Amino acid sequence: MEHNFIYNLINNEVIAIIAISLLPLIFVLIYALIAILGELKIASFVQERLGPMRTGPWGIIQPVAEVVKLIQKEDITPSAADKKLFNMAPYIMFIGAYAAFAVIPFSSAFVPANINVGLFFLFAVGAFAIIGIVMGGWASNNKYSLLGAMRSASQIISYEIPAGIALLTIAALAGTLNLQELIEAQSGWFWNWFLFGGDGSVWKIFVLPFTFSLFLIFLVSSLAETNRTPFDIPEGESEIVAGYHTEYSGIKFAMFFFAEYANMFVISALITILFLGGWNSPFGEFLGGPIWGVFWFIIKAFFFVFVQIWLRWTLPRLRVDQLMYMSWKVLVPFSFLCFFAISLWAMLK
Amino acid sequence: MSERRRIEFEYSGVDTERMRVNVGPQHPSTHGVLRLEVELEGEIVTEVIPHIGYLHRCFEKHAEAMTYPQVIPYIDRMDYISSMNNEWPYVMAIEKMCDIKIPEKVEYIRLICAELNRIANHQIAVATFGLDAGAFTPFLYLFRDREWILNVFETISGGRLLYNYYCVGGLRNDVYPTFKEDCLDIVRQVRATNKEIMDLLVYNYIFVERTAKVGVLPPDVAINYGCSGPVLRGSGNAFDLRRSEPYSIYDRFDFDVQIGKGEVGIVGDSWDRNIVRMNEMEESCKIIEQAVAQMPNTGDVSEAIPKKVRVPKGEIYCSAENPKGELGFYIVSDGGQKPFRVRPRATSFINLSVLPEISKGYMIADLVLILGSIDIVLGEIDR
Repeated sequence: MEHNFIYNLINNEVIAIIAISLLPLIFVLIYALIAILGELKIASFVQERLGPMRTGPWGIIQPVAEVVKLIQKEDITPSAADKKLFNMAPYIMFIGAYAAFAVIPFSSAFVPANINVGLFFLFAVGAFAIIGIVMGGWASNNKYSLLGAMRSASQIISYEIPAGIALLTIAALAGTLNLQELIEAQSGWFWNWFLFGGDGSVWKIFVLPFTFSLFLIFLVSSLAETNRTPFDIPEGESEIVAGYHTEYSGIKFAMFFFAEYANMFVISALITILFLGGWNSPFGEFLGGPIWGVFWFIIKAFFFVFVQIWLRWTLPRLRVDQLMYMSWKVLVPFSFLCFFAISLWAMLK
Repeated sequence: MSERRRIEFEYSGVDTERMRVNVGPQHPSTHGVLRLEVELEGEIVTEVIPHIGYLHRCFEKHAEAMTYPQVIPYIDRMDYISSMNNEWPYVMAIEKMCDIKIPEKVEYIRLICAELNRIANHQIAVATFGLDAGAFTPFLYLFRDREWILNVFETISGGRLLYNYYCVGGLRNDVYPTFKEDCLDIVRQVRATNKEIMDLLVYNYIFVERTAKVGVLPPDVAINYGCSGPVLRGSGNAFDLRRSEPYSIYDRFDFDVQIGKGEVGIVGDSWDRNIVRMNEMEESCKIIEQAVAQMPNTGDVSEAIPKKVRVPKGEIYCSAENPKGELGFYIVSDGGQKPFRVRPRATSFINLSVLPEISKGYMIADLVLILGSIDIVLGEIDR
């Protein structure tokens, strides 16, 4: 437990575990509010308008108002819906997003559970979202929801392959599945990040194009996995109204919404860990250490949250068959190519 | 791309149950209260049946109970996106029947307003088309510019959407002193934004992939269905009433009739219909610039307005090039103050009739885009 300062702080193990599991939840709650505000404000900035201005100075408590509004709304369950599944779906989706926080290392001194298969765990738990989506779409007994759920199922399964290969490649390069060790392998200046080929001599220039394209592959597939634009086909409002959450309202809709934002952060954190050196400072020892580590980690992760929001307000949406085409005929072959090249490099190194 | 489409559509070895989905009347992208009964096989559309009539307001019956000038507000509410254009063929028809000579200044103001409204209409068409493809930001850019046009209309007519501005023999009010400068400002702003929209939306790779080769309307089919406006021109038919049968003073201006050329796909696809609208905005800008330069400053816009509109016995069909296509009015008069019969040739209605023909075999996401590229307004379809 050397990776967890709370254990050292609190002597009682039970209280420590509760504190450790609550810390990410508090973080997610605060983060979701910030991300919702960010979405509103970035959207309004892109679109040359002001965005929310009335709730608090510059509308900063708008997300709170929205959450309160959603909680107050009537919680409708369609009479023809499968009630058990319908009510469970949003929570299952949120469980998937929240469980991922169990292994996310915010700093060298804090990770809730420092397990040896952290990368594998993150990936496995990330697929939880699809259960929630298909469950919700199926149980709603609505044709639009069903279409959305089916689209989502095919989309997430397709994009898990390039994403999985990207993870595998990085694991091969680092020789570990433990997230802390993965990050430690990238310590030093920013050119040691896996984005730039990882730690190594000048000869890593040959592997750099592969790691860089792997980064792009992973970025694209993770966008598809979180159903964000240009891959927001499961909830493509112009054809299937709101997709799998068409029938949801009130707190259950809020849970879906919340899970989506939490997933956005999980994906961004994963990109940060895999390619951008996690909590490492980009400038060697400058502002290093466990406390600054939290800062660097959150800055890097938030940058990718910002990228996702930015893309959403810029790009149109792809069509289902184009999405499949992109996954199976573009990303999968290229990710295999990168896997091959980088594995060869890892063997020779 | 087309090869891919064929492969994927032909592969239907697995027999699945077909699903009937009602798209609309309350649906975010049916552009009003249109209901489409869609039969789907998986995601592929096998049948489309448009159901209309949710916005029926008995326009034709109302018109029989009103005097001629009183009909104009009802006409505004037909194609509520381009009210100025709607009023024009109606007042022109009555002016022809009554043999009223209207002042030069009125012609120019009518023409400038009509072209401004054409720009406003095409802005909405392109904006909502982008919205159907999932691009939200261009929508707001275009709506921001449309406000400039609506502000001018509000100043001259008092209304922002329904103007009731043209009247038989003239105009309701004269324009304000800085009208010309405002028009030129709008032209400048529209051009700047359209340049941006071209980069952000029209030539965006994803957007081209989504709209090119989708909903191809061959030129002969377009003619057979009686389509007009950008839908017809997008298929490569250079038919524009402003050029082929110049009404009012359109013969004095230099502009091109824009047609679809199949630049990124096949002639007559959704992208072509959209680019025709984008280019027509530029043509309208050109016409406005010329008209502002030629427009006389003096003159009374209401000098030819008759005290009582009493139309001689007879009938007339008069049409004008609306942003959405040819809008014509067939008016029968029995010599009284009220029309015996007013029958509009509604563009959107005729253009919509081609939808089932061109949307079969595409995906449901394409269906929404094809509908968006036809650019209908339900007020005109249901009347």
